[in-house]
Order: sequence, then structure tokens, then C-alpha cells
Amino acid sequence: MDVLMLSRLQFAFATIVHFIFVPLTLGLSVLVAIMETKYVKTGDETYKRMAKFWGKLFLINFALGIVTGITLEFQFGTNWSRYSAYVGDVFGSLLAVEATVAFFLESTFIGVWVFGWEKLSPKMHATAIWLVAIASNVSAFWILQANAWMQHPVGYTLRGGRAELTDFFAVIGQDLGWSSFIHTVSGAYVLAGLFVMGVCCWHLLRGADSNFFKKSFSLASVFAMVAVLVVVVLGHLHGSEVAKYQPAKLAAMEAHWTTAKHVPQYLFAIPDPEGERNSLAILPIPGALSLLAYHDANAEVKGLKDFPAADRPPVSLTFYMFRLMVVLGFLFLALLAYAWFKRGAIEDNPKLMRLLIWAIPLPYVAVQAGWAVTEVGRQPWIVYGVMRTADAVSPIAVSQAATSLVAFFLVYLLLAGLDIFLLAKFARKGPDQAPATAGR
Amino acid sequence: MLGTIWFILWGVLWAVYFVLDGYDLGMGTLAPFLAKNERDKRIMLNAAGPFWDGNEVWLLTAGGVTFAAFPGTYAVMFSGLYSALMLLLFSLILRGVSFEFRSKVESDSWRKLWDIGHFLGSFLPALLLGVAFANIFKGVPIDAHGVNQGGLFDLLNIYGLAGGLLFVIVFAQHGAIWLAVKTEGELHERALDTAKMLWLPLLVMAVMFLVMSAVYTKLYANFIASPALFAILAVAVLGLLAIRLFLGQKAPGKAFAASAATIVGVTLFGVTGLYPSLLPSSLNPDWSMTISNSASSPLTLEIMLGVALTFVPIVIAYQTWVHVKFSHKITDADLAEDEAY
Repeated sequence: MDVLMLSRLQFAFATIVHFIFVPLTLGLSVLVAIMETKYVKTGDETYKRMAKFWGKLFLINFALGIVTGITLEFQFGTNWSRYSAYVGDVFGSLLAVEATVAFFLESTFIGVWVFGWEKLSPKMHATAIWLVAIASNVSAFWILQANAWMQHPVGYTLRGGRAELTDFFAVIGQDLGWSSFIHTVSGAYVLAGLFVMGVCCWHLLRGADSNFFKKSFSLASVFAMVAVLVVVVLGHLHGSEVAKYQPAKLAAMEAHWTTAKHVPQYLFAIPDPEGERNSLAILPIPGALSLLAYHDANAEVKGLKDFPAADRPPVSLTFYMFRLMVVLGFLFLALLAYAWFKRGAIEDNPKLMRLLIWAIPLPYVAVQAGWAVTEVGRQPWIVYGVMRTADAVSPIAVSQAATSLVAFFLVYLLLAGLDIFLLAKFARKGPDQAPATAGR
Repeated sequence: MLGTIWFILWGVLWAVYFVLDGYDLGMGTLAPFLAKNERDKRIMLNAAGPFWDGNEVWLLTAGGVTFAAFPGTYAVMFSGLYSALMLLLFSLILRGVSFEFRSKVESDSWRKLWDIGHFLGSFLPALLLGVAFANIFKGVPIDAHGVNQGGLFDLLNIYGLAGGLLFVIVFAQHGAIWLAVKTEGELHERALDTAKMLWLPLLVMAVMFLVMSAVYTKLYANFIASPALFAILAVAVLGLLAIRLFLGQKAPGKAFAASAATIVGVTLFGVTGLYPSLLPSSLNPDWSMTISNSASSPLTLEIMLGVALTFVPIVIAYQTWVHVKFSHKITDADLAEDEAY
């Protein structure tokens, strides 16, 4: 394998593992902040115990999100130095703003929150977790704007052999970036909501501390219900922006080969990239793809064959991952709607509870599939239409890239394993018992 | 002008990073030698507890600012020092998870495992940062295309190793002083004694490094051209002397400030000597990465300056608040807290 392939594998692997930790952090921080606010407002100790218990699970995950995030930033320099030199003027500044504005805030106040239970007033302490939650989400905003710029570069000009910034607000104001941000963050909320709901069900099925887990469940189900609606609506909007800005990606997502008008959507298809066709395509919904992509059932949708072969993304992976994400998204919508409807009497629905426990890993699959569509579908470009991935890689030795890839693989697998082990351990253990004296 | 402002900010960010992460990396390096029992170990971890995460972000910001303000340098430096940087990143990962995981399972062998992780994850970054910066001061064999012709082992030259050793001792001293600030009783005394014991090796190493810098680097050229700059070096030297004075007075808080001044002085000494290069080429001065051939466009530098001048003071304000709020001595009550490490 060459340095390009090794570096791609390394970045893909490092991002995938990073994004195992991040979505739970994004969602759980907000949930914990809501719980602690309820405690401060009502004085109900159950909410304090909730904040502590879910906060502990949040912390295990948080640390791993941080350490794996730092390596991602540095990989742009280590493995993608030609990319960094070429677009650093625009892209680097977004990462630097993220660190200055958001990362400092979350990393500083997480320490305050963890060690401040006895040292700060309840209000100040709740403020600390809100700062962490807000900063984590603001952090996601900057990172996703940076990613959106790679998908659809705006506000720049090519000058002196590199991309230079011309309009900062065009870069951070573009619709693709905002829809990507809201879609990603709400997806993370669904993941965190389903995580909390699943853990609650595990305990409720065993008859443990029903007040604590029923309250947690109810809160998480409302949170996730709202989030899943946002995911679906923004997912659709995001998709139509992809159609506008990245037509080759859209064509790959749908395995759409021949440019046509009034394009149907096939409920079931098997792409055949070698033959530039689908070996199977059944159950068409007439005009659905045209309608979804351009809000017009008669719109023309450009097919993959109209793009030079060298400019097409890998079709099968993009296609299947997109399908997987969409199917799971609608599954969550149905499941969460049902759970929301039953949230008042969840303990009377053992089947639903069992289902929700098994649903914990599914949103992880969905968010990874979504990112696979975004990143694989952008290929062969690292910056869409501006720079090819093959031109972006560092002039390093194969041995360097290979060694670090192996190290990443081993270390990250271990980290992911430890994360799951510790999350399961503390999730199963349940909250500390309520103190004998109630109230503050 | 904008480029020079960013160059100064770049140096300041590294200096602040070394001052802040320096003490927790130093404590981690000293832990196996200073902690006699489980309670000592936990005190040392919790003395860094609320701070280390926020401290580490200065590294990320220093890296991010290199990327944003000097993308050319970022590209050449980070790919050129590939293996050393990867080692640094893995070490820091190890440290972070050691903090978080150690107290999560009730088992001696589990704790022992993360104690080793915490030591390596603290010692190695100190060493690697020192080796890396000494090599940057000296110059790296980058060619006309910005490719480093040297390998990982070329970094381990005598001057690079001296830099590594200097960083390890400076951070260990800094960490011992911080530990003295945060503890009472026997561990406090031991921390003070360790800091005193490390002072002479630090002095010798610092003098050696400054002398070697005259031999192996061109750092002094800027100082000789503008002798007023020697004030920066004076800060380092006076800070170093003040450490000993304050340790003698058993005033760890003041000694910590002196130690911070030393670290800032040494860092800015090197950075000032580098100016206007960020990464000199040892093969040909024309191939060095400098402000003029690697800075971002004026628009990016202006916007980033606005962001930095607004937010960095805010960050400093709330991080100072956190350090003051949690400046108390670690006691058994702290260790008994559910969330403590």
C-alpha cells in the first residue's frame, strides 16, 4: 500500500473511533445539564442523583472524545501536509477558532464540574455543566463548518498557489454547513437519548429504583423525540443541498447512472459499478428522486455516467451507507414516537423495553453510515472540485505511515474496548442509593 | 507587521502551554518516585485533577494557530516531525485515559497499569517536546520542497537530547513546586525537598543548554543585533535564581511564579532567537520556513487576531479563576469525593 492509502485508512479509522465517543458527549452533556437545572429549580434530590449518574457515564466518554480529537487536528499536518499548506488559510483558521472559542471552555469547565460539587453553589455548578454542553456543541459547529467547506468551498480565491480566504462570513454562513451542523448534532441527541432510554429499560426490567429510571426515561424520550424530528427534516434539507452542490455524490447515494427527468426512487436496488448500471432495481416510486432532490417531480437529475470516471466517488459504499442511514433514521422515528407515547407507563411494556435495550447500538451505526456517505461520497476530492485527495497527502515514508496506522489500530481498538467495558460497568451498576435525608 | 504579531502570539501560546501543562506533566513524571502509597498517588492525581484537561488545550491551540497563521510551517513541521509527533500524541492519549480510568476499577493491578501509563504519558511528552524544540532551534534538514531529509533518530543528536533532558527537569521541578502548593504535611515536605534537590541539576542543565545554543544554533544572532532582547534571557535567569530563594523561604506559591517565569523566559529566548523563522532549514537558510513564506493571507491573520485578542484574555481569566478556586490543599475529604481520581 502507498502512503495515500495508508493515510486515508488512518484518518478514516481515527475519525470513526473519534465519532464513537463524540455524539454521546454532545447529547449527554445537554441531558445532564437539564437534569441538574431541574435539581436546582425543584430541589428534588433525584435530579441531582440523575445528573451524577448520567454524568459519570458522560465523563468516561468525554475524556476519550478529547484525546482522539487532538490526534485528528494534528493529522492534517502529519499526513495531509499538502492539503494543510494549500487550504490552511481558510480551513486552519476554523480549527483555531474552534480551539480558542469552544475547546478551552469545555475542557476547563468539565474540571470545574467534576471537582466542584462541594466547592460551588448549586447554581454555579449547574452553570458549569451548561458551559460544557454549550461549548461542546459550539465546538461541533466550527468543526462542521470546516468540513462543509471541504464539501462545498466558498468565500475563497486561488492566489499564489493556494486557497486564500476572501469572505469569512460566507464560509461560516453557508446553508450546507448549517444543515450539516443541525443534522449531526440532532443525530447525536437521538443517540444519547436512545442510550439513556436503553439503560433505563435495562434497570426497569430488573425492577431497580423505578422512580429514578422512569424520570430519566421520560426526560430522554421527550428529548430524543424532538431531536429525531429535526434529524429527519434537516436530513432531507441537507440532501437537497448535496444535490445542488455535489451532484456526483447525490448520484452515487442513489446509484443513479443515466441523466434523466422525472427520476424514480427505487426502494430496492443493487448497484453494479463495473457495468455502470444497477443489476437490480425494483419497486420504483415515480419521480420521487427528482422531487426529493429538487422539490420538483419533473426535475432533471444528472447521472453518474455524465461524470468522468475519475471524478466519481465509490458508488456501492456510498449507496449502501446512505440506505442504511435512512432506514435506521425512520426506524428511530417510529420507535421513539411509540416510546414517547408510552413514556408514562414504560414499565408495563416489557417488549418495548427489551427492544430499546437492543436499540442502543443502532444510532451508532446510523451516524457512522452518515459520515461514510459524506466523506466517501466526496471522493476523489478532498476539497470538492478544488483539490484531489491524491494530491493532498504528505511526503512521508511508507514505513512511517504504516507504523502509525498499526499503532492507531491497536491503541484505538483498545480505547473503544475500554470505553464500552467501563460504560457497561457503570451503566449496570446504577446510581448511588438515595441519601437517608431528602432535600437540600 | 501582522506576521510579526502572530509570530509573537505563537511563541506566547507555546510558553503558556509549557507553564500550564508543565506542572501536571512534571507531577506525572515524579509520581513513581514521590508517592509512597496509594494515598500519595491519589493526592498527586487530584492535584492536577481540575486543571490538566484545560491545560492541554493550549497545546491544541498552539498547533491550531500554527495551522491558521502559518499553514506552510504547519505542513512542513508536522509532516517533517511525523514520528516524534505521533509518539507525542499517543503519549498524551495514554496520560488522559490514565487519569480517567485509574480509579474506575477496584483492582491493584488495574491501578498499577494506569500508574505506568500515567508516568509514560507524562515523561515522554516532556522529553519529546524538549527534543523537538531543541531541533527546531537548531534547524531541521528540510529540503527545497519542504521535505525533512532526516529521520526520527536524527532528532536524537546531542543538542536535541540536551533539550529533552532540560524539559524533563524543568517540568519535574515545576510539578514538584505545584505539588507543594497543593499539599500539606509529609507529602508537602517531600515535594519541597524534591524541588530543592532538582534545582542544582536544573541550573547546570540550563547553563549547559544556553552555552550549547551558542555552539549549535544561531539563536543569539538576534540578541546580539538588539541587546535589549537580553532582558528575556534575564527573566529566565532571575526566575531560576528566585526559585531557589523562595524554596528556601518555604514559599511554594512564589516559587511557582518564579518557575513559571523561568519557563516563559526560556521559551521566549528560543522563539526570539528563531525570528523570523519558525522552522529553520539546516541545509540551506533559503529553505527555512519563515513568517514571509508561510504566513496566511492578511485577511485571515486579521480575523484570527480579532478572535485571539477577544477570546484568549477571556480564557486566561476563567482559567485563572479555576486555579484560584481550586487552589486549596488536597485533603482526605477531597479524596473521599465520589468524583475524585
